[in-house]
Amino acid sequence: MRMRIIAALAFLMAPAGGAMAQDAAPLLHSHWSFDGIFGTYDDAAAQRGFQIYSQICSACHSMKYMAYRNLAGIGLSKAQIKAVAAAVTVPGGLDDQGKEIERPGRPSDQFKSPFPNDKAAEAAMGGALPPDQSLLVSARDGGPNYIYSLMQGYVTPPPGVKVPDGHYYNKYFPGHMIAMPPPLTANAVTYADGTKATLAQEAHDVATFLTYTSYPNLDEQHRLGVKVMLFLIFMTIVTYIAKRRIWADAH
Amino acid sequence: MAAGLFKSELKNPVLRWVDTRLPVITLMQKEYGTFPTPRNFNYFWNFGALATVTLLIMIATGVFLAMHYTPNSTMAFASVQHIMRDVNYGWLIRYVHMNGASMFFIVVYIHIYRGLYYGSYKFPRELLWMLGVVILLLMMATAFMGYVLPWGQMSFWGATVITNLFSAIPVVGTTIVQWLWGGFSVGNPTLNRFFSLHYLLPFVIVGVVFLHVVALHITGSNNPLGIDVKGPQDTLPFHPYYTVKDSVGLCVFLAIWAAFVFFMPNLLGDVINNIPANPLHTPADVVPEWYFLPFYAILRSVPNKFMGVMLMFASIGVLFVLPWLDTSPVRSCRFRPIYRILVPLLVVDVFVLGYVGAHHPQGFIILLGRVATAWYFLHFLVFTPLVGLFETPLPLPESIAAPVVRKSPSGGGPIPGGAVAKPMENA
Repeated sequence: MRMRIIAALAFLMAPAGGAMAQDAAPLLHSHWSFDGIFGTYDDAAAQRGFQIYSQICSACHSMKYMAYRNLAGIGLSKAQIKAVAAAVTVPGGLDDQGKEIERPGRPSDQFKSPFPNDKAAEAAMGGALPPDQSLLVSARDGGPNYIYSLMQGYVTPPPGVKVPDGHYYNKYFPGHMIAMPPPLTANAVTYADGTKATLAQEAHDVATFLTYTSYPNLDEQHRLGVKVMLFLIFMTIVTYIAKRRIWADAH
Repeated sequence: MAAGLFKSELKNPVLRWVDTRLPVITLMQKEYGTFPTPRNFNYFWNFGALATVTLLIMIATGVFLAMHYTPNSTMAFASVQHIMRDVNYGWLIRYVHMNGASMFFIVVYIHIYRGLYYGSYKFPRELLWMLGVVILLLMMATAFMGYVLPWGQMSFWGATVITNLFSAIPVVGTTIVQWLWGGFSVGNPTLNRFFSLHYLLPFVIVGVVFLHVVALHITGSNNPLGIDVKGPQDTLPFHPYYTVKDSVGLCVFLAIWAAFVFFMPNLLGDVINNIPANPLHTPADVVPEWYFLPFYAILRSVPNKFMGVMLMFASIGVLFVLPWLDTSPVRSCRFRPIYRILVPLLVVDVFVLGYVGAHHPQGFIILLGRVATAWYFLHFLVFTPLVGLFETPLPLPESIAAPVVRKSPSGGGPIPGGAVAKPMENA
């Protein structure tokens, strides 16, 4: 698989060449608000991405490790989260008679999956299991840029390439033959905030949301990281000065 | 002083009462306070302390991870996500732990290089060195089993490939592998025992580290000149001189570690380990973590599986006998004009092996891997004994103090250039 082992500290730089043999096109790159050490999620983009997920992706893809309460991280209010959760029904355990019951979702519930299990999903999707989306960005080389590219990568296959039934040609997908039909087109959704829904905009927004679902703590990670780094740099200076003073009489 | 009590010299009556019955305070004072330490350490001598601190941080974070982790093949992956998403600062603890493994290997590899370059494995420190090699082996086993626990695709297939190496052993190989697995493939019993051993082995490492330190405190530390301590003028008390010097290195090291944790926590990992283990779907490439790549390259550079496995273990085993392979009486490479080139070349060779280990073994990569593997063993088995016999070492300084203390020019022969204290140490 597109393996990238990077041992840092100038150890090894090895984008495993042979494994890239599936000749996927170089990825498109978008500007991501969460890049860099001060990066934070663009809540508006993530919310638009959540809208795409709810209206399109969630028809086939599960998102097992996200709970509705996690939507607070992209700026949804408590009332909004309650409303989102209440729109689904989930198994509610057993009633007094021992019968299985259903109840409306709560913020603490995990995102409801479109299929009862993987087997059912595979059967409904012609044998290809739509991958769970909670970790999709973290499980693909290129991360958000991969999703961003894939969404825009459906093109007419080059002459002579035969696309098997139930598959589509995508120039960014390893091997090119992808079972997922083109999920996004321009104006596939009508954004609640009035943003113009071009294909690139949709791809950017859904990639932002999927990055959030992979790394829900990224904002805090960066915030805390800056403080920790400043502290350690300060301590390096302090200990170095102490070292010079203590060693002054040893030479 | 009653018979059977230790003669403590502590002034504080409470501490003294304890110390006369359990002289740990005096012991610490002796071994880490006044302990006479060569005065000419450079920053390479930080790395033992850094490794100790890393071990403690790994154990501390590991204990907290184990409180939230579930060692069951159907729940392990989800429990790691639970740590990453629901546990307060779980993401921080896990990122510290998983990057800590890489930091541990970086520190220990530099520590080993220090030993190779300055001849710290030679008389009288052979056993000290061998205990270090035991620690390295234990670390490798621990890291390997720890990588299996998240039960992602690379966890599962890495475990499958590595445990399968034992099947290369003639006659009993298959039996051994099934015994390791607790079944006929990597599965829940494998995960359970790996979790158990991953929790146990770090404490075994602590034990061997203790022996490593005991052995060190008998022979005393080597130093960049590689010559023996002649008297008090050659040493400084460990505290405060080296406690403060180690602190400087520790702060820099923690800053590097933190940079990984907060800004590139997944850089050293493999993306496909974020896909749950699937025994029915083999990844196109099964590649170990970066710190195993050189050994993986040695394994793959031999067409015969059994020989490959043997050679891989021999690459560590050769370190055990290094004290007897090196025929030179001079420890430090500063005074060994030929060997001082060979040791950095060995490092280059190991980097090449790492590069080979990360790539598909085809064409030029295979050739490169074989040459680098050959060089690795030639270095230890041929160059090291021969160079020791034929090399003319530079004249050694008479004592550590002579080249370091500049203001007392009495005594001491010609001062070797490299031995003069660095300007930064002349505050």
